[in-house]
Parts: sequence; structure tokens; C-alpha cells
Amino acid sequence: MNSDKAANKRKPEPNNGGCTGTSTNEDAIQTQTPSITEESPNHLLYKKMEKIVEKMQDETTGVPVRTVKSFMSKIPSVFTGSDLIMWMLKNLDVEDQQEALHLAHLMAAHGYFFPIDDHMLTVKNDNTFYRFQTPYFWPSNCWEPENTDYAVYLCKRTMQNKTRLELADYEAENLARLQKMFSRKWEFIFMQAEAQSKVDKKRDKLERKVLDSQERAFWDVHRPMPGCVNTTEIDIKKACQMNKPMHGIKNMQVGPPRMSPSTSGINSKSSVDIVKKQIALLKCRLERRNIKVSKAAESFVAYCEQYLEYDSFFVAPEYPNPWISDNPELWEQEKQAKDISARRVKRWAFSLQELLQDPIGREHFVKFLDKEFSGENLKFWEAVQELKALPQSDVQNKVQEIWMEFLAPDASCPINVDCKSYEITKKNMESQDRWSFDCAAAHVYHLMKSDSYSRYLRSEMYKEFLNGSKKKTSVKGIRSIVSFSARKDNIT
Amino acid sequence: MAETEGKDCPIETIESLTKEAESLKKKLEDERQKLNDVTLATVADRLDIINYMNIKPRRTLKGHQAKVLCSDWSPDKRHIVSSSQDGKMIIWDAFTTNKEHAVTMPTTWVMACAYAPSGNLVACGGLDNKVTVYPLSLDEDVTLKKKTVGTHTSYMSCCIFPNSDQQILTGSGDSTCALWDVESGQLLQSFHGHSADVMSIDLAPSETGNTFVSGSCDKMVLIWDMRSGQCVQSFEGHESDVNSVKFHPSGDAVATGSDDATCRLFDLRADKEVAIYSKESIIFGVNSVDFSVSGRLLFAGYNDYTVNVWDTLKCVRVCLLYGHENRVSCLQVSPDGTALSTGSWDYTLRVWA
Repeated sequence: MNSDKAANKRKPEPNNGGCTGTSTNEDAIQTQTPSITEESPNHLLYKKMEKIVEKMQDETTGVPVRTVKSFMSKIPSVFTGSDLIMWMLKNLDVEDQQEALHLAHLMAAHGYFFPIDDHMLTVKNDNTFYRFQTPYFWPSNCWEPENTDYAVYLCKRTMQNKTRLELADYEAENLARLQKMFSRKWEFIFMQAEAQSKVDKKRDKLERKVLDSQERAFWDVHRPMPGCVNTTEIDIKKACQMNKPMHGIKNMQVGPPRMSPSTSGINSKSSVDIVKKQIALLKCRLERRNIKVSKAAESFVAYCEQYLEYDSFFVAPEYPNPWISDNPELWEQEKQAKDISARRVKRWAFSLQELLQDPIGREHFVKFLDKEFSGENLKFWEAVQELKALPQSDVQNKVQEIWMEFLAPDASCPINVDCKSYEITKKNMESQDRWSFDCAAAHVYHLMKSDSYSRYLRSEMYKEFLNGSKKKTSVKGIRSIVSFSARKDNIT
Repeated sequence: MAETEGKDCPIETIESLTKEAESLKKKLEDERQKLNDVTLATVADRLDIINYMNIKPRRTLKGHQAKVLCSDWSPDKRHIVSSSQDGKMIIWDAFTTNKEHAVTMPTTWVMACAYAPSGNLVACGGLDNKVTVYPLSLDEDVTLKKKTVGTHTSYMSCCIFPNSDQQILTGSGDSTCALWDVESGQLLQSFHGHSADVMSIDLAPSETGNTFVSGSCDKMVLIWDMRSGQCVQSFEGHESDVNSVKFHPSGDAVATGSDDATCRLFDLRADKEVAIYSKESIIFGVNSVDFSVSGRLLFAGYNDYTVNVWDTLKCVRVCLLYGHENRVSCLQVSPDGTALSTGSWDYTLRVWA
């Protein structure tokens, strides 16, 4: 590998993929996406990994690196998998060995260290030897090695008459494919390989061993063996984003502030607008009335306590969870209108929204309203929800219809809204759209919530339904309580 | 500030305006600090610790020939639509693991897909910059009735049906969101405010459903009013791209996942970040987040192939789900909260319970 290649970041050729064995064409395009900038998500990760690797390589507190004697030769600068995992458990906030192994595997897959004689970049918690990659080959150096580089490297390997450097099957296949692809350039590639090989031969034996393995590991990252994950791939969305010419203005935020004064001058008009917008937004934020964190926190705790019973990850549903039991009874039961469980009915009391979301709850509420002769509010509210869900072409008609039915002077089903909402709605009728009745609907919803709904919850009708359902499902009710407490024992 | 003044001496105006903005910002920070009386974890101290979670993989959906990029649960709680880099969209009966439809898209890189509330329609799109709907029917070829609804000027990264089969809300690499009328393809409303690619959107679970949240590569989280097209609230704090946004089931907060390897919780009523979910040993970016029914658990899919399960209230990790062999690109709790689906670059989807 020549050092000048680091600086040699060529633009990707649109169609030179297809030589990495496993990858599809698109993978090839993706891996060759240029300019991994400072901001790229991969770079952010590299920095974090490198911080860990640096700690690992600390001479006194790092992972113990040694040179091991074996038979007639020496294995320079290696450490064992178990030493690495032990170090990670001691020095990182990983929870257990599994997590340490997983992180070690990922760092190996990114090429920061590697097993000394395996193309598969992973880590085992045993006496297998591993070696650190030289920083020169770290992925953060924006390597986007080309197929010609790969061809030179493989070609060079064939020249070194050593068993440890013999090509693996997939590498031999790649070489054959590349030779076909670069047939006209092959002489040039061969010459380069020969020159590199000569330089290598002059090196000290141990040094060569280390360098050879590091170069191999580099290619194991960028041209992984079949079945291994290519960690240099970038999310397609991020790749698209980075390729955009306007990428530079990413940091200039229109919303909340982080303005740099240097933006003035060139686009002065638009930046004035931007700052103005920003000020308006800030003023708006300052005017907001906000609650304290303690209050917000209390509400989340209360919400959790109220809904914990319905959270399948904590409390088993009244019928076995279909995904665990392979029995879809739970879903079938839900569709039926009989045998409504008490805990389902209980939920209707949490909020009007909960009641209306449950078709059976809604139906029951409608019955209650009919008895009270106050069904028009719900009818109106539902008509407005329906309106919002209509195709644009039907909106006009529906707006008229709702107005005629509920709000016009001679409405067939008049509703009572306060005069403010009425005036707003009346004005909205001049430019009708799907939001015309939003204000009135919000008012009516509030009315329902504070009036009919609270009366419904206090009514005999709801209580009877709740008690009736309890009786019917008493056996199941007990079962769910039992499983709840059993589960709770596990939790605490 | 008079309009003419801005035109006459823009530089001075900018300076004064910037100054004003800075002082306002300072004031805002002070105000927010006053609200910061106690941490969420302290309040949650009285709750029991969750130290046992028995979540296991229950189904593996195999069939995509490339990375799974997005998935969405059907309202029937057992079907899943997923889209992949191989240009396929598959409708699964996740319960039986059968494929019911496999639709070939005109583009590869189908970045987003969504089920309509009726369960009879799906939408998808991606690098083609378009959002296309497919009515689902078992009798005929699904592609026959496909319909392109909207077109962005860059890739479409996310889409969602806002409580109706007749509208689609999309987010795009062109840094806007848009609300489309399905029947006519008319743009009903566009949402400008982000300064970089929109990555994720989610609808508020309130009864009216008039607001939604978006997360973007400009590191911002914005709350929008669908009626006016205006941004009504904004949250900052993430140090890198916001890849995923999700409303708390109560509708009072938004959870986010970012390339900065953290998840955060932003409260709408306190107008600030109230929790951060991170660990020193978690260094990979987050692609997708979702809540359990009670809001107690936050599932987060990471680039390190795992799902971390967070206790949202005590702000600690509860457990790690291993299984995928490449990045977890998408994740969603099923509509009835009985299961979690995950999609990965390892070509598979999994259902956990």
C-alpha cells in the first residue's frame, strides 16, 4: 500500500462495482460514496471507537500486548481474546461478557483489531491471538480504496511464496474477476505489485509479519469475505444528504439560534428574514407558559401506573399473548361484542378519547346520550372528524352539510356552542376547508368531556356494564391477576 | 423592524437583530433552567426497578433479498408491510410468517412504507422522490391500481397516514414535510422549517390529531400544526442527525433517537428535554424508537445490530435484545402493544414478545 493513496481520493466511477463477491451493485455504489466528512455519522462513530482503542493501547493500563514464541518463530505484538474481554469488562461500562464480546466484535469488524490469521473479523473470548491495526489504516482516514488497489494487493500476495499469505478461495475468485475486468491495465497492475513486493522484502522479518497482517485486515474491512458485514457502508439517506451541494448550510439553523455572524453580506436579505423569524420564534417560546419538570415527571409516572395493566410487556393480556402462545384467541375475542372484560371497560374511564376509541365503548356512550337526548354533540364532533378524513373533492359538500345540520339557523340537529366559537366558525364558512369547524369541535369536545362524559361515568348504566363484565369474566379476571402478581414477583 | 430599514442597511440590521436574538436566547435558557426543579429519574425513584424482562424473538420474516429499510404494522395487529433496498415491498402475515403480497417497485431503495388506517391500502416511496399508494386486494395484481400521490424534490424518507386513507403525510430529503390528498394528488399543505433532510415523522395521538412531530439532520425536532403549516414548537439538544421521532402515548412528550448514540425525551408542556437515555458503552447511532403501551419502556434500534430497551422513567437500560446480524433500521411496537417488530440490514424482520 503506497502512502500516496491516502491522498488519492478519486471520484467514484458509476459502474465499477461487482467485484466484491457478495455485494450487489448497489452495495458497491454505496461503499464508494465519496467524502466521508467530519460530520458523517460514520465518522462520529470512528472517533468514539478510536478513543476506546487508544485506551486499550495504553502501555501501562491497556490490554497487555506481547511477542509470543512458538516453535521456531516468534509471533510479534499480539494479545489474546480473553485478555481483551477482561480489559473491556474492567474499563468500559459494559454490563456483561456478552455485551463486551458484542462490542469487541463490532470494533474488529471496523478493523481496529483483528485475529492474526483469520479473514473473519470477530473476537472470541479465548486464547486466539489478536493484533491492533495501525492508525494509518483506520477507517477514519477516509479510505475508499479502489478495485485497482485491491487488484495490486491480491496480485502482490501471489508473488510472496509463503503459505501464510496464500489467497483464500474467495480472494482467488476476486482476483480472477479483477484480472478479467482490468485486462488491458493488468500489466500496469502487475508491475505495481512487483514493486511493492520488492519493498516489502527488504523489511525486517517481524516487522513484515505485522505489516502483512495489518494490510490483510485492512482489505478484510473494505472487501469483506462472503458472509461478513461490510461496516464501511453508509445509510443511503445519509449518503444522499452528503452528496448534496447545499450540504454546507446544514449548521445554519432557521429554527432556534446558532447564527454565525459571517452569514451577513452575501445573502443579507434572506439572512435578515432568517434572524427575524428566529426572533419571532424565540419571543413565542418565551411567552409560552410551561410546567415544571417535576410536574411533567409526575404525569409520566401517573400515566405509566394507570396503563401498566394494559402493557403486555409487563402484564400478560387476559388471553394468552398470540405471539408467545401461537393462539390468536386474543384478537378474535376483541372483535366480538360479548364478554367484554372488566379491564377493557375500566379503560373507558381513563379519558373520553379512550371511550370513543373502543367501538363498543362508543356504542355504549351513544346509547347513554340517546337516553339523555343529548346525542347531537357527539354526532357533530364525529362529523367533523369525518370531514377531516375526506378526500379534498368531497370537503366542500361536507362542510355545507355539517353547517346545515348542526349550526345553521334552521339546523335539523342544532348544537350549542359558545358565541365566540360560533363567530369564528361563521367566519370560517367564507373560506371553507376541512378545518372550518375545528374551533367549534374543540369547544363541543370540551363540553362533552366535562358534562356528558363525567355523567356517563357516574351513571348506573356504566357501573352496571362494568360490574356485569366483571362477573362474566371473573375466572379470567382472576387468571390475569394471578399472572400479574407472578410476573411482578419476577420483576421485583 | 421596518421593512425599508432592512433593505437600506442590511448589515447593521443583521447585527442588531442577531444581538437581539442572542439576548432572547439567553433569557430563554434562564427561563428553562427555572423549570428544571428536579430530574425525571428522581421522581421515578418510588417505582419498582424493572430487573427482569423476558422478551424473546418469536418470529423471523425472511424473504427480502436486501436490506430492510422500513416497516409498519397493519391496524389488524398481525400484518406488517416492509420495504427493502431490493425494490420490493412485502406484505406479511407476521403471525404465520406468510408473504401475502410481494410488490416490485419502479425504484430500488424503498425507504419508507406505511399502512393506511383501513388496512386496505399501503403507501411507499424512496429514492424516486415519490409517494405511491397501492390498494391491497387478494384477487388481482396490486400494481395495477397503484397511484402516485406526491412528488418531492429529493428522496422521500418517511410517510404516515394521518387518521385517514385519504391523506398522506410525508417527510423528505428536500427538508420539507408535506400533506397530500390521495385522490387528487393535490398538495394540501407543506411544512418548511428544517434546514436539512427530514428523517422521521410521527402523528400526535391526541383526539384531534392535528399536530405532528418531525426529526431532521439539522439536529432539530419540530412540532407542526397541520392546519396552518406552521411550526409551533421546537427542541434542540441532539449533537447529530435525529433519525427517529415518536410521541409518548400520552401525547405530552416526544422521544427521539439520533446518530449521537442517545435517545432523548422532550416534554411539550415543559418545552424542554426532560431525559436522556445513553451509556458510555453505547457508541452507535439510533435509527428507530418506539414506546410500550404504558410509556414505561422505550425500544431503540441501533446501528450496533441490537435493540436497547430503556426504562423511560428511571432513565436506565433494562435489557439488550441481540439477534440481528446487521444494523437495526426500523422498529415498531404493534398497535395492541403485544409485540415489537424490528427490521434490519441483515435482510430479515423479527417479531419479539
